[in-house]
Parts: sequence; C-alpha cells; structure tokens
Amino acid sequence: MNVHHTPPVAALELDSVGFIHRGHTLLKPTSLRLTGCQRTLIMGPNGAGKSLLMRLAHGLLTPTSGTVRWQGAPPAQAMVFQRPVLLRRSALDNLTYVLAIHKTARQRRKAQAMSALEKFGLAHLAKRPARVLSGGEQQRLALARAWLLNPQVLFLDEPTSALDPAAIKAVEDAVLEFHHSGTRIVMTTHDLHQARRLANDVLFLHNGELLEHTPVDEFFTTPSSPEAGAFIRGELVW
Amino acid sequence: MKKATAFITLGALGLTFSGSLMAADDYITLASTTSTENSGLFDAIIPTFTEETGIEVRVVAVGTGQAFEIGRRGDADSLLVHDTAGEEQFVADGYATERLNVMYNDFVIVGPSDDPAGISDSESVTDAMQRIAESASPFASRGDDSGTNRAELRLWEDAGVTPKGEWYRELGSGMGPTLNTAAGMDAYTFTDRATWVAFENPQDLTLLFEGDEALFNQYGSLLLSEERHPDLKHDLAAQWHEWLVSEEGQQAIADFEVDGQQLFFPNAE
Amino acid sequence: MPTSDNAFRTALALIMSMDSALLSIVILSLQVSLIAVFVASLLALPLGAALALWRFPGRNGVIIALNALMGLPPVVAGLCVYLLLSRAGPLGEWGLLFTPTAMVIAQVILVLPIIAALTRQQIEALHAEYAEQLNSLGLSRSRMIPTLLWDARFALMTVILAGFGRASAEVGAVMIVGGNIDGVTRVMTTSIVLETSKGNLPMALGLGIILLALVTMINAIAHIIGETAKRRLG
Repeated sequence: MNVHHTPPVAALELDSVGFIHRGHTLLKPTSLRLTGCQRTLIMGPNGAGKSLLMRLAHGLLTPTSGTVRWQGAPPAQAMVFQRPVLLRRSALDNLTYVLAIHKTARQRRKAQAMSALEKFGLAHLAKRPARVLSGGEQQRLALARAWLLNPQVLFLDEPTSALDPAAIKAVEDAVLEFHHSGTRIVMTTHDLHQARRLANDVLFLHNGELLEHTPVDEFFTTPSSPEAGAFIRGELVW
Repeated sequence: MKKATAFITLGALGLTFSGSLMAADDYITLASTTSTENSGLFDAIIPTFTEETGIEVRVVAVGTGQAFEIGRRGDADSLLVHDTAGEEQFVADGYATERLNVMYNDFVIVGPSDDPAGISDSESVTDAMQRIAESASPFASRGDDSGTNRAELRLWEDAGVTPKGEWYRELGSGMGPTLNTAAGMDAYTFTDRATWVAFENPQDLTLLFEGDEALFNQYGSLLLSEERHPDLKHDLAAQWHEWLVSEEGQQAIADFEVDGQQLFFPNAE
Repeated sequence: MPTSDNAFRTALALIMSMDSALLSIVILSLQVSLIAVFVASLLALPLGAALALWRFPGRNGVIIALNALMGLPPVVAGLCVYLLLSRAGPLGEWGLLFTPTAMVIAQVILVLPIIAALTRQQIEALHAEYAEQLNSLGLSRSRMIPTLLWDARFALMTVILAGFGRASAEVGAVMIVGGNIDGVTRVMTTSIVLETSKGNLPMALGLGIILLALVTMINAIAHIIGETAKRRLG
C-alpha cells in the first residue's frame, strides 16, 4: 500500500481559468502551474475564491473560461472538505466503501481499512457510526479515507477551520505524512500560523484574483501586493 | 434490518404461493348480483353443489349491468342475473346460447315509517309510485343500471312519471349502500325483498308496499357461448347451469331462509 | 345506529373467536399489500433515485406526472388493470383477472408513484449533501444510486410505509380486479364494503378496527426497527 511515488507527480496547469456565476465574476482569468511534490497553501480573505480555485483544479467544477490541464495522465487525486461528508455507516464501513469503489478485492478490504484506521488513531472507533464521531475524529476519518485512495495530489479545503488545537495538530501531522509519502498537497487556509507551519509556497487570492504565487518565506517577508501585506498584518478581515 | 425485511418478504411470497396452490383447479367464476350475494343465498346453496360435483363456485357480485359486461368480455364462466329483457337480448346478441328461469323473488318499496306519501294503501305499484312523485317525497334510486334499477325505471314509465327533480336521488350505488343512504335521508326506495330482509341497518325504514304482480323479480341463468369465448370452463359451467334447475338445486333454493322467511322461489320449468 | 362501543365489542369478539375465515382474509390482505409494496419498491426506489440524479428533457414532466399519480383514484387504477387483464384485453390469456395476483398488480400501480416521487425528493436532498464527496471519489451517477438509497434508508422506510398505507387502505382497485370472491380475493377492505352494504355496520366497523390495528402494528414494528438502527448508526 501507499508506496513512494517515484515517478514525479504530473504538473497541473491552469490556463486563463475563469469562473462566472449568474453574471458575477467569482474568479478572474487565472494562470498558474503546480509542479513537483510541493505543499501549496492557498490563502486569502473570505470570498476571495480559494475554495473555488481548488474545486476547479480538482475537477469538481468546470471553468466558464480557460482550461485546466494535467501534463500527462491525470494523477490519482483526493479531496478533504471543510465539513467532512461521511456516509451514514460505521467508520470502518466508510473506508471499505471507497475500497469497494476502487475495486479492491473483497477479502483485502477490511485489513486495509483497519490499517488506515490505526494509522490515523481511529482503530478503537471502527464500529462506531461515522456521524457520531467528534469533529476532529471525523476529519481524521476523512483523511484515512483519502489515504486509502493513494493520491498523488491531495486537496484540502479549510480542513481545520472548525477544530480544536489538538485536532488541528493531528490533521497537520497527517498532511505532513501524506507529503512524506510523495503526495503533492494543495490546501486552503486563512490561518497565517498554519501557513507558516505547512507551506512550501503560497497562492494569495483577493476578490477572485490571484495576486501572488511565491515561496512561503518570500510571501511573509516581502509580499509584492499591498493586499497580501495587509492580510499578513491582520488588517484584511477574513 | 435487511435480514428482517428479506424474511418478511420471503414469508409473504411463500404464503401467496401456498395460497394459490391450495386453490382447487375445478372452479368456475360466476358473475351474479349483489342481491343474491348479500342475502346469503350463495353461502347456502353453493356448498351443496360443490359437495355433489367437486366444483367450486367463485362469486363476483356486481350490478346486473356490470355482470353483462363481465360476460361479454369473457371474464366469468357463468351468469346468474335478474333482468329478463336484458338476458334475452344477451342471448340474441350471441353471447349466451341458453337462458333458463331459475327462481324469483319480488321487489318491495320501503320508506320512512310515517309514510309521508301515503303509499301503504295504494292499489298498485304504479299508484304508489305516482303518490311518491306527486308528494315529491325523497326517493333514493340505485341509478347503477342494475337489474333492480332497470325494473324500477320500467315501473316509473308504466306509472307515467318522469323521475326527475329534487326529490329523486340517483345514488349510483349497490342495493346495500342505497338502503343505508335511504335510511339516512328518510327516503323511499325500491329494493328486492331478499336484500331487504337480510339488511341489518333499517333505522326508521319499514316495508310499505308489496304484493303487486308487477313487482315480480325473475332470475335467470345464462349458459355462455362457447363460440365466442372458447377458453372458458364451459363444461363446468354447464353442470352449474343444469344443477340450478335440477330438483336438488331447486330444493336448495327453496330451503334457504332468513329469519324463518323464504326469500327465493324456485320456478324452473 | 351502531355505537362505537358495539363495534369494539364486535372487533374483540372477532379476534377472540380466531375465526378461520377472518384469519384467511387478514392473511390475504397482508400478503397482497406487502407483496405489492415490495415489488413497487424494487422498481420505484431506483427510479426515484435516477430521477433525482439525472437531468434530461422532459424530466419536470415526469416528476409532475409522478406527483399527480400519487392522487390516482384507486378505482381508475383498478379499471385500467381490469381492462388489461380481462379476457377481451391484451393480457387476457394470462387468466389473472379475479385473482390475488391481479390485486397485487393494481396495488403496485397505486403505490409505485408514491414511492418513486417521495424517493426522488429524499435522494435529491441527500445528493445535495453528498455530491461533491462522491464526485471527488470519482463515482458515476449510476454507482451513486445504491450508495444514496442505502444512506437514505431511514427516510425511505417512511416512504415505503406511506406506500403500504395506501395499499392496505384502498378498496376501489382490489374490488374491481379481485371481485371480492369469498375465500379467494376477499380482503379486509372489500369485506368492510360488503358488510356495510349488508347494513351490518358493527361488523364493518369491527373489521375496520382490526385493519387499523394491523396497520398500526406494522408501522410500529418498522418504527422500532428504524429507531434502533438509527440510534446505533447516528
């Protein structure tokens, strides 16, 4: 399971990708390129278009202009949402479910699911209904589910925004674990500290416009746009 | 839960299967009238027939109009109805090959016990019906093209009355529901004696007029045409048809009583 | 007039006597309605789910038609099945008229729109919640159907019970296609009509009380199973 992905992860190219909904421009034409095994954090105030950009990249939404392109075959992807969507079944069954979808042999599903539960510290909750777990446990279960998908790219949309510090730590550790096994991370957050802890590079969005795509140190020391500067100083309300 | 559902379902399916397997193969479907069914006549005579022949008779009790329709479509093996003119037409149209008199009972007029139209001392049924129309007393009619309804309409015609107006209420119901409604609205109504005697909810209704020869209610059995509906169980139906007019059949009909009162009078030739 | 006290006593006496004729009527009623609901569910659950997931021209028309058919008068359904199964009708050769099977067919037609229309609503709501996650997992729409049906199972249980309620309560259809034949197609509701037409109102009401008790029992069982499972699964 989850072997290191020795071949480099396919590059993701957004070419003038824009999104207009009912006459409102939610994302201005945006071009960017994500390569290698980076941890890219998408930052910006509320309504900046972070989640939208991520959904366009993951393919959940189709851009109204421009194209989203993978160089080569699209890699295995998974996404973890702000509020985990768990099925109305036990924690274990939530995991065997994705294995069934991905045609894992029936007799191997339970063992694989259990090892994923153990990895994320949920083994003792295997039989519990997923939807009665705490917020942190639910998010870890969502990460365990993503783990089983063996993704080369993992998208996370504000995965810690509703969690307490201990649960946030667990999620961040999991993100690093994914990265360590060769998964590219694309994650939105509005938490500056979290960005400092996790990011290699930062995408900064404001009002549906991509203003920065810079390495994390550069972003925090010498932001090139006044909006990013204001955001870092805590002057932009999120 | 899945198991429980499956269990219940399988159980239900199993029961149905056993149910249909239990049913005898030797049966005929008889389309007949509500008056014969509601009075309990069939419960009394069919067991005798089944015992003798091993043939089960399944009764679908409907109005005579609907019984003719069922017969025309070939949905019953035999018909026992009470509309002689209609039955003769049915034979003439080629749907049946033979019609036999089986029995008769009679129609009566029932109404509220204070008899607002004063029909109880009428000289004839036409007189009684004229009195109802003249006093515009509420009258509940079946209005369902049944044998009883057809007989009632013929009598209005004989009485020279066009039954129309506030007082004349066509219910479009069977005999029983019509009696229930008449009892509820204190109306006169025209009914066969058998249903009336067996009826258990008369409230203030009482028998007000009877005995006119014009109220004679003849029942006939029809032998359906083999040519028209070759798939029907003609052999079994013929046995029933013949049994009804046989000595045993006629005796069984004569022996049927409700509250010590004979309701049907066998009159096969 | 029969007092309700009278009817209760009749109902009690009927139950106490364990009359075999009554028992066979009760069993046939349950068989016909349960099988009809089972068959209708097999068809209507996937149909309702598919309607929730697919957008196609005429979809609104189908939804409106299903919603309208929820109010289809049982007599009309009965009449259609009668014309279909009648010897002179297209399926006359099957010889199904005036049999329990004909009653099941008529009730399937009555129950199917209810289950399909309500399933569509439930699945549409659940799909709104699940869509992104399931799309992210790469599920095709047809693969989503069993997932959504299973996850909506508690709500769908109520939907199916609504269908069962319609089946067990209706009389118009089974009367026409069954013929109310004693010992063959006589069920609770047609017996009630028969007893009413005989003017035997206490008996009719007594049978009504028994029918109500049976339906209540089945609903209670389903409710308890559902609540227990819900408490277990959250």
